[in-house]
Amino acid sequence: MSAAPHALEGRASITGAGQSDIGRRLGRDPLELTLDACLAAIEDAGLTPRDIDGLSTYPGGGGGPPGFTGAGVTEVHDALRLELDWFSGGIERPGQLGAVIDACAAVAMGLAKHVLVFRSVWEGTAQGKGGRQGIGVGGGGGGGGYRASGLPMEYTLPFRAYSAANWIAMNAQRHFHEYGTTREQLAWIALNARRNAALNPKAVYRDPMSLDDYFAARMISTPFCLYDCDVPCDGATAVIVSRSELAPDMRRDALRVEAVGSALRGRPSWDQFDDLTTMALRDAGTMLWERTDLEPADVDVAELYDGFSFIALAWLEALGFCGKGEGGPFIEGGARIARDGEIPLNTNGGQLSGGRLHGYGFIHEACVQLWGEAGERQVPGDPRVGVAAAGGGPLGGCLLLVRD
Amino acid sequence: MSDKPFRVLPRVYAGNEHFWRGGKDGRLQFLRCRACQTWIHPHAPLCPSCYGKDLGVEAASGLGSVATFTLNHQPWVPAPDHPYAIAIVELDEQPGLRLMTNVVNCPAEAVRIGMRVRAVFEEHGDGDVWIPLFEPLEEPA
Repeated sequence: MSAAPHALEGRASITGAGQSDIGRRLGRDPLELTLDACLAAIEDAGLTPRDIDGLSTYPGGGGGPPGFTGAGVTEVHDALRLELDWFSGGIERPGQLGAVIDACAAVAMGLAKHVLVFRSVWEGTAQGKGGRQGIGVGGGGGGGGYRASGLPMEYTLPFRAYSAANWIAMNAQRHFHEYGTTREQLAWIALNARRNAALNPKAVYRDPMSLDDYFAARMISTPFCLYDCDVPCDGATAVIVSRSELAPDMRRDALRVEAVGSALRGRPSWDQFDDLTTMALRDAGTMLWERTDLEPADVDVAELYDGFSFIALAWLEALGFCGKGEGGPFIEGGARIARDGEIPLNTNGGQLSGGRLHGYGFIHEACVQLWGEAGERQVPGDPRVGVAAAGGGPLGGCLLLVRD
Repeated sequence: MSDKPFRVLPRVYAGNEHFWRGGKDGRLQFLRCRACQTWIHPHAPLCPSCYGKDLGVEAASGLGSVATFTLNHQPWVPAPDHPYAIAIVELDEQPGLRLMTNVVNCPAEAVRIGMRVRAVFEEHGDGDVWIPLFEPLEEPA
């Protein structure tokens, strides 16, 4: 395989990955979960905290909906007494995995040798026992004099569109309209996730799910039923991004970052993006293949964001695993996206059944699969090329990983 | 209009007042570039097409088509009218001149992509805000 021609790719590799306990509601200190994941990733890479000189995270500490972030750069930096040459945390970037892409850039440019990248959520515990909360209407009561301000809140909440479930449902509905996509087809994103989750001991929902179960589930926002929506959970994930030239002396086979996709060439908006059927991830997917000689057919495993089922379908199209608009027929029946299919998809159960680790479950699973350590859910055939992608709406970022 | 549902209201300020209060006079208003005639939404300090700053407030026809929609069933907030229709409406004035909204005054199940609609307004906050909504347009036979 040819090395990527760009300055960033090739110079950055993933050399370790770690994860905390994951559960629907763990009731644990989110910083503790975060540090569990960070230390696991550092150990996995054969490093110690003293070796870490870069730190990167999404979305950073504080703010956001309840449980949206368990820790920021500052908390982890201080708790581990890290000595950092480079650090960055924030939400305005190409999706959740933008923090990984930034880390790749940092090591490629020589700002750091080993960057610890983490994402931590505790939405399960923070949201309590009730149903999933809407934005701006916490606790299901609403009001309290809150006024929506800024984007996207000002132009969504007054129209009773309290959740990304509503916003993304409209992308799905438009896709159904233009291409004839059906709920019978979309269901396979959820069913495939569940059959994979059954083999993942850390997945939140592991009981078998049938097409009948899917159609019996209550509707959330047409065309999405309950099983089209991911499950809030508690958990943290971390990976180590290292300069590739250091990787040969490290514990693991490095996973070279062959290409990244960070583009957003249209309007950064849930409702104003030019093509409602693709969302911003179209541009990230396009950019990824602009930066490598590899092709979609070379990919052995695809871990694609499924915060809502339709987003995974959109990523399949954006990354060229099928043609634009052909995602419905492509996933129908679930054979092509099965672990032994044409393109194994969301082999850990995704966020729909595995739990809403908000993008980082996908990169973790891509690493585990490429290292051949996925246990019962390991895809056959010694996978060497994997893609991890996260984000929907105006968010989108993806990485192509290669085990040489 | 019948009973008004709970809504999270927007914070109204100088930049967006034309949009959120135009409904008082039955006007669906946007900024428009006087130099190149581009309609602008959401509001901005300059035209995204020519970067000119000579912008004025102008009323659109209020006519448009449903670009996409969803029927919300989830009780994010207790309400008597689930499911209700959330939509993105594209206005006749300009391709891509869109806003998120609700389609009202018809059964939610009757909403379709491509459906012709016209703006109506729902007053909230003792006259502070007029939410622009859309209802089916009765086309001449």
